[in-house]
Amino acid sequence: MTFPLGFNGALSGLLCGLIFGFALERAGFASACKLTAQLRFRDWAVFNVMFTAILVAAFGMYILELAGLLSKDAVYVPTTYLWATLLGGVGVGAGMAIGGYCPGTSVVGFMSGKLDGLVFFVGIIIGTWVFAGAYDWLLPMLEAAPGPEAQTLSQLLHVPDMVVLLALTAVAAVVGWFTARTPAASCPVPGESS
Amino acid sequence: MNTDPKPLWKPHAAGALLGLGLLLTFVLTGHGLGGSGFTTALSATGADLVAPGMTAGNAYLGPMVADGSNPLDAWITWQVIGVAIGALLGAVSARRFRFNVDGPTRLKNPGRLAMALLGGIIAGFGARVSLGCTSGLGLSGAATLATAGFLFLGGFFVSGAIFGLLTRRLWA
Repeated sequence: MTFPLGFNGALSGLLCGLIFGFALERAGFASACKLTAQLRFRDWAVFNVMFTAILVAAFGMYILELAGLLSKDAVYVPTTYLWATLLGGVGVGAGMAIGGYCPGTSVVGFMSGKLDGLVFFVGIIIGTWVFAGAYDWLLPMLEAAPGPEAQTLSQLLHVPDMVVLLALTAVAAVVGWFTARTPAASCPVPGESS
Repeated sequence: MNTDPKPLWKPHAAGALLGLGLLLTFVLTGHGLGGSGFTTALSATGADLVAPGMTAGNAYLGPMVADGSNPLDAWITWQVIGVAIGALLGAVSARRFRFNVDGPTRLKNPGRLAMALLGGIIAGFGARVSLGCTSGLGLSGAATLATAGFLFLGGFFVSGAIFGLLTRRLWA
């Protein structure tokens, strides 16, 4: 048997989402204050949680591939469109700094009782309509400078995957070590130790 | 009865669980976790309900609802319902559920909600430009080592830090 299994039904979605939502809540990411404190360099949980998760999943897939259990060609890898990928990231980053969340964490915030999480979510819908209205005008920029389809960092740099994985581990370890003594942000997050 | 909230998990512990959930998602489905795929489907369905003619004529939303197709009939819808249930279970079991308005501590509630709406509009627009958000491109894309994932994260953190520092006086 090789993975992925192609389970794209309701149960698979509910299970994967449940773990996702629970982990984000336990990390404290229902709080706009804690999420944006990373962007003010007052709290390093966003960076540390994201990088740990990326490394666990990336090493896991690497090992499953080595063992012949995971078919690399069947794993979806997004394609870069230089301006669209970069400027979209700029927009989502600005949106989080100003509004406190991103699309996923706004749901987590609202389900913890944060009304601003719901308002942010409504904003995302409006932002999507604005995008749709400007779509024809934006299209040349959206499709400009496409990279090779499904390109990875290892392909870009012409190095084995393991080199990229070890470099990312080194970055995560250095940042994790330097930020281990940074006190968590003074946010009103219930359960935050100060 | 103890009503104190339970402590948050250490970032590396929460990150490890998130990473295992992400790995499970790839193993089960062949793709990662997401967020804005659902809000886009919801935007298309909502627009189709309110203004079907305009929606059908729109080059972006039109194809999603063409021939009576329902963009919400997708894996991502179930995943976001799962996120909502998981977050609710997490908040209630840790005694962290509170109705309140988070956001800049030096603003009153109307100001906080206005900031949340503005930020949501910008983030929603941005996530369509990049074809993914922090979950779909940043987290899931980077886990496949995609250049797109890291380029997105670079733009996200640099812009987030600039706007984070510009707005820091709004926070006590």
